[in-house]
Amino acid sequence: MAVQSPPVASVEQVQDYRNNSLLFLTFRRLFRQRNAQVGMLILGFLVLVAIFAPALAPYDPDQSLIGVESIDKRAGPCIHLLGCPADQPEHYMGVDGNVRDQYSRIIYGTRVSLFIGFSTIGLAVIFGTIIGAVSGYAGGWVDNIIMRIMDVILAFPSFLLAIAIITVLGRGLQNALYAIAIVNVPVFARLVRSSVMSLKELDFVTASRSLGASPLRILFIRILPNAIPTLIVQATLSIGGAILEAAALSFLGLGAQPPLAEWGTMLGTERNQVFTSPHLVFFPGIAIMVTVLAFNLLGDGFRDAMDPRLAQLAKS
Amino acid sequence: MIQYIVRRVLLAIPVILGILVVTFLIARAIPGDPCRSALGERATEAACEAFNQRMGLDQPVLVQLGIYMRQILLEGDFGSSIRYSRPVSLMLIERLPVTLELGVSALILAVMVGIPAGILSAVKRNSRIDVAAMVGSNIGVSMPVYWLGLMLAYVFSIFLKDTPFWLPPSGRLTAGVIAAPFYKVWDWQLVSGSLGAQAADFFSNLVLFNSFITGQWHVFSDGIKHLILPAVALSTIPLAIIARITRSSMLDVLGAEYVRTARAKGLAERAVILKHALRNALLPIITVVGLQTGTLFAGAVLTETIFSFSGVGRALFDAITGRDFPVIQAFTVVIAVGYVAINLIVDICYAFIDPRIKIE
Amino acid sequence: MSTKKTTTQPLLDVQNLKTYFYTDDGVLTAVDGVDFQVAPRQVFGLVGESGCGKSVTSLSLMRLVDTPGKIVDGQVLLQGENLLDKTPAEMTKVRGSQISMIFQQPKSSLNPVFTIGDQIVEVFKIHETISEKDARQQAVELLRRVGIPDPERKAQAYPHELSGGQAQRVMIAMALALKPRLLIADEPTTALDATIQAQILDLMQDLRDTTDTAVILITHDLGVIAELADRVAVMYAGKIVEEGDTTALFDKPLHPYTQGLMGSIPVLGDTKERLEVIPGNVPSLINLQPGCRFASRCGARVEHNLEICTQVEPDLIEFDAGHKVRCWLYQEHAGHTPPLKAFADKKDRK
Repeated sequence: MAVQSPPVASVEQVQDYRNNSLLFLTFRRLFRQRNAQVGMLILGFLVLVAIFAPALAPYDPDQSLIGVESIDKRAGPCIHLLGCPADQPEHYMGVDGNVRDQYSRIIYGTRVSLFIGFSTIGLAVIFGTIIGAVSGYAGGWVDNIIMRIMDVILAFPSFLLAIAIITVLGRGLQNALYAIAIVNVPVFARLVRSSVMSLKELDFVTASRSLGASPLRILFIRILPNAIPTLIVQATLSIGGAILEAAALSFLGLGAQPPLAEWGTMLGTERNQVFTSPHLVFFPGIAIMVTVLAFNLLGDGFRDAMDPRLAQLAKS
Repeated sequence: MIQYIVRRVLLAIPVILGILVVTFLIARAIPGDPCRSALGERATEAACEAFNQRMGLDQPVLVQLGIYMRQILLEGDFGSSIRYSRPVSLMLIERLPVTLELGVSALILAVMVGIPAGILSAVKRNSRIDVAAMVGSNIGVSMPVYWLGLMLAYVFSIFLKDTPFWLPPSGRLTAGVIAAPFYKVWDWQLVSGSLGAQAADFFSNLVLFNSFITGQWHVFSDGIKHLILPAVALSTIPLAIIARITRSSMLDVLGAEYVRTARAKGLAERAVILKHALRNALLPIITVVGLQTGTLFAGAVLTETIFSFSGVGRALFDAITGRDFPVIQAFTVVIAVGYVAINLIVDICYAFIDPRIKIE
Repeated sequence: MSTKKTTTQPLLDVQNLKTYFYTDDGVLTAVDGVDFQVAPRQVFGLVGESGCGKSVTSLSLMRLVDTPGKIVDGQVLLQGENLLDKTPAEMTKVRGSQISMIFQQPKSSLNPVFTIGDQIVEVFKIHETISEKDARQQAVELLRRVGIPDPERKAQAYPHELSGGQAQRVMIAMALALKPRLLIADEPTTALDATIQAQILDLMQDLRDTTDTAVILITHDLGVIAELADRVAVMYAGKIVEEGDTTALFDKPLHPYTQGLMGSIPVLGDTKERLEVIPGNVPSLINLQPGCRFASRCGARVEHNLEICTQVEPDLIEFDAGHKVRCWLYQEHAGHTPPLKAFADKKDRK
């Protein structure tokens, strides 16, 4: 007993020390990066908008203003400060075909899009990690079968695959979320698998195993924490893509259904009016772009911060 | 080299067979009744039975798979559309050329702009040009394709109306503009329905190609005008991604020792970059260009929807939502095979660019 | 002998060369005021540990220092012409034809996607108007000359098909293609196996005897210097600390650092139990302390109890004819009497 405990402690210490310093360094570099700074700033803003949507939105996003105000449907933006006559009701981004205040709908849409981004990739990370860990740890035919399935999923253009999955599951936001989560699983599964495979033969893992630690304990306590930094980078980059894909599905009428204030749906339902009321297409698109941009910038920043060589190159 | 190419082609065969099986299974997994979506909700049981028998849908799934594989592989027959009651091959002949022209022009645009932008960024790293290019590419990958398409359509067809910059917002050609197929112009005698006639039909449906070789310039310019906006919209994401990978790949290579050697030889900087560095940086760039063809197919669904192009992307979308199995199968196979073929071309390009690949 | 060499006009005259790297953490003074001359046909050795600035010096001569490095001061006179004043276009005419260079990693210094024949032919094509056929013939001839077997066939080979020694021979062939006046060899044998090292050194020795090219030989290996160099400069932390004719410097190393380096060469048949290793590390070249850069590792400073070493930086002074040293052991200063001056004077008078 007395002989056994010291080596375990030291292995643990080494691991902790390594993880901490790597994460610490990563974050320090992250905060220094212009990309990441801008990304975090936008994302922080969006989160605040999502939280305080009821306070920020001047109207109920789902309420039609027919009979409430005297305003034409699809009326353009009216901002009093910019010279819109004071006797007209103020709508920063105009009103849509159902005479709903578009500004309020965009604000509430932030909630939907952030939810889509985090939930789809959250699901993909959870299932991808489980699949990848099992595959990498088990090895052999289990690994082979799982990885071939992942290859098949990756062989199809992901957006087309998502469309196909929705056709199987049926339309709607929830099924669109599942579809996007599914097409994103292989990336995380591969990532975790390679991380598990590279670590499972290392000394500190072998040491724990020889001390009789259970495979699950080794996997979750010793191996997976090492994959977290790369997972964070990939997840951040994937969230942007997921939001973009979800919006595209909604645009085609396969994802979120009206009257939900979802940006892709808003854009899709009014797309034929682009020539007469471009504001109904313009603003939702900008909202999507800014949100996706924030995640992409943050993801890029993370990646550069994790790879000092790259960061050095970019700087010099 | 030839041995290498042959081996690569042989390796692609099982992948294509796998794709055939998987598409068949995916198509069958889509719930819903093909009979009712073809004959309408009120079709009688008897009518449906007859319909299923005619289409072979009453057979066990494995038998259906066998028949389907035999038809495609031995007879080159993709079956008929359940919805339109037309041979799928005819639909392919009509629609594939539209998507090909759109996709290829978008890819050319992405490569022709993306690679020089990436090189410039890498060479002048941290300059204003670099920052602008990278901000632009970040915005490019974050932009919804369909939104850009709609905004471009608005700007060029409404905002710039009555200026020389006006461009049509939709359609492949202006209504009434019709190109005579080249085989009619040249008076070829083709047996209707023969493979040659189908091929001729296919190529004559490439609007730009057909009007160019026959000199029908009004059709050609109309075709170009209609293609600009969709191609630009479709190219944004690949362009942005190609520019980024070019930049990072060039940055890697510019620090390499053989680049220093090239400079030490007295080579002018321009030649160092365009000859010694670029040739080495090209490998990852080509990989990404290959991968982007997948993005292009996906983008084609959205772009064709916005610009009212009747191409493969839109047809596939309609077929999936309409449960038109033969069409789904055939079009997915075509897309997937195209994907495999492009990756094959990428592999072969590798061997041409990098002499080290031949040894393995 | 040595006096004759110094009186002829030098081929290369480097004066007060300073190359700094502007990093995020501060200015790194990689080369900080280096002076030396190379006579025609001379082999000039530049010795020092890695990180002492010898490679940066050589890249500065070619003006190939990458950002964030920058040549901030000095002159590089090649036959009286200052290379640092030339435009980039004029400089490309000098590189490869008047000065050429070979590197430490021959395999990665050759472009993997071109045949070695093409890479040699390119040198001719850049600098001369020559037909493809003639250039190819000359390339094959060069390969033969540097000892590549079956040169016609090897000219079609790609770098990955060569061994390290062959690759270095190719690099040498490429560098000597246009009979340059000066060849800079940056650790030409370091990355090679011992037997191959000897072969490459033989080749260089042979070339030294048969061509008019002067060589700057950069290495951390004093054995290589002893074998090839006519004159040696020892660099430490961006400065030359000792310079002299090879025989003089090996007979009577003056600087404690040079003495330390000599102590760390294995000598065949030496019965000493272990080699002497200079304690400590090269100081960081960012935010240097005042005084001599070697002071922190110097045994002689402790032995003679010299305070000036950590306060004022010594100059490079001529101690014997043609033998220069930068050390307070030999230099006078207000309030400082060099402890070894007398010893040196005695020797001089002998």
